[in-house]
Formats: sequence, structure tokens, C-alpha cells
Amino acid sequence: MKRFLIPLGIFIVLVGFLAVGLKLDPREVPSPLIGKPAPDFKLALLSDSAKQLSPADLRGKVWLFNVWASWCASCRQEHEVLLDLSKQGGVPIYGMDYKDQPGDAQAVLNRYGNPYVETVVDLDGRAGINYGVYGVPETYLIDKNGIIRYKHTGPVTVEVLSKKILPLVKELQQ
Amino acid sequence: MIPELGHFALILALLLALVQSILPLVGAARNNPVWMSVAKPAARAQFLFVAIAFGALAYSFLTLDFSVVNVTRNSHSRLPEIYRFTATWGSHEGSMLLWTFILGLWTMAVTLFSRHLPEDMMARVIGVMGLVSFGFLLFMLATSNPFLRMEMAMDGSDLNPLLQDPGMVVHPPILYMGYVGFSVAFAFAIAALLSGKLDASWARWSRPWTTAAWSFLTVGIMMGSWWAYYELGWGGWWFWDPVENASLMPWLVGTALIHSLAVTEKRGSFKAWTVFLAIGAFSLSLLGTFLVRSGVLSSVHSFATDPTRGLFILMFLLVVIGGSLLLFALRASQVGLGGRFALVSRESFLMVNNILLLTATGAVLLGTLYPLFLDALGLGKISVGPPYFNSVFVPLVTPLIFLSGIGPLARWKQVNVPELAARLKWGFGASVLVAVLLPFTLGEWKPMVSLGYLLSLWIVVTVAIGVRGRMRTSAGWSANFYGMNLAHLGVAVTVIGVTMVSNYQSERNVRMEVGDTITVQDYTFRFDGVKDMVGPNYKGSRGTLEVSRNGKPVSTLHPEKRIYTASGMPFTESAIDYGLTRDLYTALGESLDGGAWSVRLFHKPFVVWIWIGAVLMALGGLLAITDRRYRTSRKKGSAKA
Repeated sequence: MKRFLIPLGIFIVLVGFLAVGLKLDPREVPSPLIGKPAPDFKLALLSDSAKQLSPADLRGKVWLFNVWASWCASCRQEHEVLLDLSKQGGVPIYGMDYKDQPGDAQAVLNRYGNPYVETVVDLDGRAGINYGVYGVPETYLIDKNGIIRYKHTGPVTVEVLSKKILPLVKELQQ
Repeated sequence: MIPELGHFALILALLLALVQSILPLVGAARNNPVWMSVAKPAARAQFLFVAIAFGALAYSFLTLDFSVVNVTRNSHSRLPEIYRFTATWGSHEGSMLLWTFILGLWTMAVTLFSRHLPEDMMARVIGVMGLVSFGFLLFMLATSNPFLRMEMAMDGSDLNPLLQDPGMVVHPPILYMGYVGFSVAFAFAIAALLSGKLDASWARWSRPWTTAAWSFLTVGIMMGSWWAYYELGWGGWWFWDPVENASLMPWLVGTALIHSLAVTEKRGSFKAWTVFLAIGAFSLSLLGTFLVRSGVLSSVHSFATDPTRGLFILMFLLVVIGGSLLLFALRASQVGLGGRFALVSRESFLMVNNILLLTATGAVLLGTLYPLFLDALGLGKISVGPPYFNSVFVPLVTPLIFLSGIGPLARWKQVNVPELAARLKWGFGASVLVAVLLPFTLGEWKPMVSLGYLLSLWIVVTVAIGVRGRMRTSAGWSANFYGMNLAHLGVAVTVIGVTMVSNYQSERNVRMEVGDTITVQDYTFRFDGVKDMVGPNYKGSRGTLEVSRNGKPVSTLHPEKRIYTASGMPFTESAIDYGLTRDLYTALGESLDGGAWSVRLFHKPFVVWIWIGAVLMALGGLLAITDRRYRTSRKKGSAKA
């Protein structure tokens, strides 16, 4: 009889998760990368595949690094927020199109607007591995020396932006 | 007045559902024929009142009764008449009513077409279906009353533009026919566990019901995928969206169930396993409802959501699925394992089929719920998309499709391997040869294309061998046999469509000024500009694209960009020239400066084959149901283990 109990056991665990899922909101996650240099990459630009960008090119700037994809539903939630932020111009946003077809990604930017200074294409997700990306969207704040100072998992909300990211940006820009 | 009647009818249906479940179930346990005999009339009366409620809601929508909250939120005085009717199930409340209505339809069908069922079996099946219906009615009355009134509103806020489409008139009812149809197999399984009698006749009763539900679900999913293709304006046919996964998971388990039912009926094996799959298929239907309705997952096409409803459905899941699995744990060991079979036999092929299908379901379930697990653990809201699903799903489905060629040719109990190999070697050789060479004629050789061709040709060849073998032995007409082969051919057709479109599709995303031409494959698209247009409940821009091939006109396409006036929602309406070997797909992007537009142009080879294949699968299922065997009396033809 024991093995016939397995499905029930799995189901109970599932219900536990579903129950918690009904209540909890996403929270900030500690990342082992905070305080460490942003992992290096050299990737082609979405706008022009002949050109490349690497974090070293952005030394001396405080910048946001946003990992997204056209197939990611929750990325669409944060898209508006990022668009507003890019219009205010407080901090430049660079995107990484993660495991995606460049054509699809470009279509999303055409359709919903483009908040990014540039987007690099991580076709096979190899650069993403170094950043510990386990799902999109993820957003990193990187300082003038190329050190990761903050990581946000999930869609960036107005609240996260005003309470965490922007104050930190101001501090780092001084 | 009419909405109140509908509301009242729902309350009466709730009470009748309680009667329909308790009396027959207790009656069957105590062997009380009078209590058992309540099942049929109670079920029919319950359906009558649910139908009245459904009619009342449809009436409120058709007459634009804006004193009903549901109507105000999902309709508009300018909404075309056909969509006013569709709006009946365009909302959360309405679609729950549709769910219950369809459950009633299936219960009615059981009362009508299962006269040959033993009294206690019938009482239990209808009783279990009554319990499910009770849950849904209670859910509606407690959290989602479709007849809720308010102060008369001036006008409504319109139906979601995504749903204003002819496909949405038929897609949800057919999809639900499939979803809810698994409740019959579920009820049969629970009845079998309760009675402790699980023999071949049990499998034979539930087989046609399961196949019917599966066929509806196949068509429902196909229509959903087609709708996503032409309506979302992105040019894809599957997005691995949680809502799509919610219908794919019961389909996968349902497919496994159809195959394991065959073993249980023919050989008496896989009994406990079959019961488990029957519980699983319906449980995943319910889970899908929870995922779509509760808002725990974000989806491209999610509807209005509400956590209190989620809590109710979760409790309901806990009672129905948890209760069933508990019953399964308590009783399954008594069901027994059935006939023995050798390592290489049709049984073992079907076992591998079941394992692969269940693994695929598990992978989809994990991918769908992984974001939720992370969220529940406080690790953030993320999406898991096509990169995960494609890399997990394709390797599981490839051997599955390959096996579906061999399985039907293998003997029960034990396969004579050399004999089978001799029968298949020419077919296999020919499939490999053609599969390797054919892609060269398409310009570029790609390994995935050859693999796709191989799988497809392999099915065609093995079906031909099987059918020829059958004709030679003159075993006579068997709807079941030919239905299976037709469904397998459908898989072959779908595989061709998927292979071609994923490997040879061309897409151009371009800026076009009036008079510009762009060539995609052999087709030249000329942009003739955009005109303003006014629809019944929207304004917009209508583009004109002249398509020609080698100087000869092919088609004129009019993709649109619409703004729905009531909601202010912008919307892309693609224009497609359909063809058996290719679709030309166009969509308008943004308006750019100087009268130019960004335009998306796709050439999609063989994309309709994906859906034609699905239709063949469903037709195969429907053909199988007509098999004489399902209509003969229960005494004859029960298999011996």
C-alpha cells in the first residue's frame, strides 16, 4: 500500500505551495554576487549584430542590467516601469535578451517601446549562467567600478525602484 | 426578473446536486435500490436547472441588461450581437457556469447512454459527478455569482478585444467539453475503487467516454493554438503559456489513459495504473482551472483573477483530488495487477508510452509551477519559457512518436523480435533514406528536419504495414483499429507541420513606406499604405499589402491596428493568406514618421498541417468510439487475465 500513497504525498506538498503562492509577494533575494565584480561577457548587440558590448565598456558609469526575453510574461509587467525610468534618465538601463530569438525580442521592443540604451543578445544563455540567472526577469545594479551592488529577481516595480534602486543609484553616483 | 430566476435556478441545482450525490452513493454502499434509483432523475433535474441558469445569463447578455454586474463588465451597447452571446462565457463567472453546464451535459449523456451499466455502478458514477457539480455550484454561489446586480449602468466596459473573435464562440465550449469530459472517466475510476470491482468490463465502459473527452480536448487545444496564431499577432502557434499548459497537461495524461485503458480492457493488466491515470487526468483539469482562475501565475492571456476564489478552488482541489488519491492509496492494492507479459510485448511498449507521457506531463507541470514555487519560497516572480520546455519536451516526445509506430504491430504478451524486425526492416530503411534525402530538395539540410521527416514517415509506413496486415487476415471492420491508425496518422501530419515551420519559417520585421516592396521567400509584398477605419466598437488603421509571386498577384492582405473605444485597448489584427503548403502572415507594428509603418512579414511553410493533424487525431478518436464492442451487453467479451 505504501507506494500507492506516493501520489497523495506529492499532491499534499503541491497544495502547500499553492496555498503559500496565494498569499506571498516576491521579496528581495540575497545573491552571492553582491559585492563582487560583474561577470564579464562580450556579446553582440540586438540593434546591430556586428557590434559588441562588454561590462568593461561601461566602467565609470552606474548602470542597471536587466535580463529579459520576449517569451517572458512577467517581463511585460516591468516593461512600463522600465520605460518610465528610461524617460526620466536617472540611470542608464542595459538589457540582456536571454535565450531568445532576436527577431522576437526586436518585435517586443517595436511593439511596446524600448527602455534600453542597448540590449545584448545571450542566445544560448551562457553569459546568463555566470550571472546565476535562473529565470527572467532579473535586474542588477552595477557601480562605477563594475561591482554588483544590488540584485532584484522578478519584475521591477515602482515601489522597488523608488525605495531601493533609485536611492542606491544616487549614493553610488556620488 | 430573469437574472433572479437564473440565480434561483442555480440554488435549486445546488440542492439537487447534493441529492444526486449523497443518496445514490450511500444507497450503493448499503445496497439500497430505492436510494440508488434517485441518481438518474436527480441528475436530469439538476441539469435542467443549470441549463435554465445558463439561458438566463445568455438572455441578460443578449438584451444588454446593464443592471447585472457581469454584463456591465463584459459587454457594451456597440458590441456585435454574436460576441454579446459569446460574452456569456467571456468572464470568470460565465465560464464557471459554462463549466457546470457542460458537466451537466456529460452527466445527462451518461444517464442516457449507459443503460447497460449495473445499477450500483451507475449510482456511483452519477453520484461522484454530482459531488463535482456541487463543488462548482457552491463556488459560483459563494464567490462568483454571475447574476449579481448593481445600480443600472449607462453602458458596459466591453468584452476583452482578444475574445472578440469568431474562434472564441466555439473554442471555450469545445475545450471545456474535453476538460470536463474527463470527469466521466474519473467518476468511473472512483466508482470502481468504491466497489472494489475493477475488471475488464470497467475499462470497456469508460473507454468510449475517455476517448470522446480526449477528442474534444484535442480539437479544443488545436483551436486555442490556432487562435493564438492569428489573434495574438506574434506569429507563433504555441507559447508554453501557463494557460496553454493547463490544457496540455490533462491532454497528455488523457493520451496515456487511452492507451492504458486498452491494456486493461484487452489484457486485464495495468489496472491500478489506469485508475490512477483517470484520477490524474481529471485532477489536472481541475488544477488547470485553479491555475487560470486564481491568479497564482502570470500569463499572457490571463483573465480577471481574485485570491479569495483561488482559496476556494484550492480547498475544492484538496477535497476532490486529495480524497481521490487517499481512496486510491487505500483501495488500489486490492485491485490487483492483472496478466503477466514478457519484456518485449505490446504491453511493455504501452508501458513505455505511459512513462514517457507522464514524464512529459511532469516536465510541463514543473515548468509551469516552478515560478510559483520560487514565489512561494520568497525568491521572486520569474517566467520559465520556451527554452526550458523545448529542451525538455522534444527529447521525450521523439521516442514516444517512434514507439507509436512499433507498438500497434507488436503482439500482446510476447513479441517475436526477429519476426517483427523482418516485417519492419524495409519500411524503416525507406523512411531513413527518404528522411535524409528529402531536406536537400528544400535548399538546406538540417538534422532536425530529417529527424522530423523520419518520425513522420515511420508512422505512415507502420500504419500502412498494420492496415495491410489486417486486411490480409480478413479480421473484418474494426472501428477501434482504424480509428487508432487515423489518430496516429494525425500525429505524423502534425509532426511535419511543426518540423517545417520551426525550421524553415522566414520572418522580416521591416520599416515600410508607401510603395516599398520586400521579398520573403518567393513572395513580394508591396505596402500600399494605411487608411483610417471605424468599426462597430473600435477605431483603427487598416493597411494594404499586395502580395505577388514572380510578378503574378497572389493576394491582398489587410492587417489592422485597432483601438477599442470603450476600454482604450490597442490591438493588432493580423492578416493571413492561408495555404496548404504555406501561410503568408502579416501584422502592423508601430506607425513611424513620414507615413511609414513597421511591418512584420512571415512566410510559414506547412503551418496548417499542425492543426490538420490535430483534427485527424480527434476524428480517429471519434471513429474508435463507434466500435461495435462498446455497445454490446456487459456479459459478452470480458477479457481473461
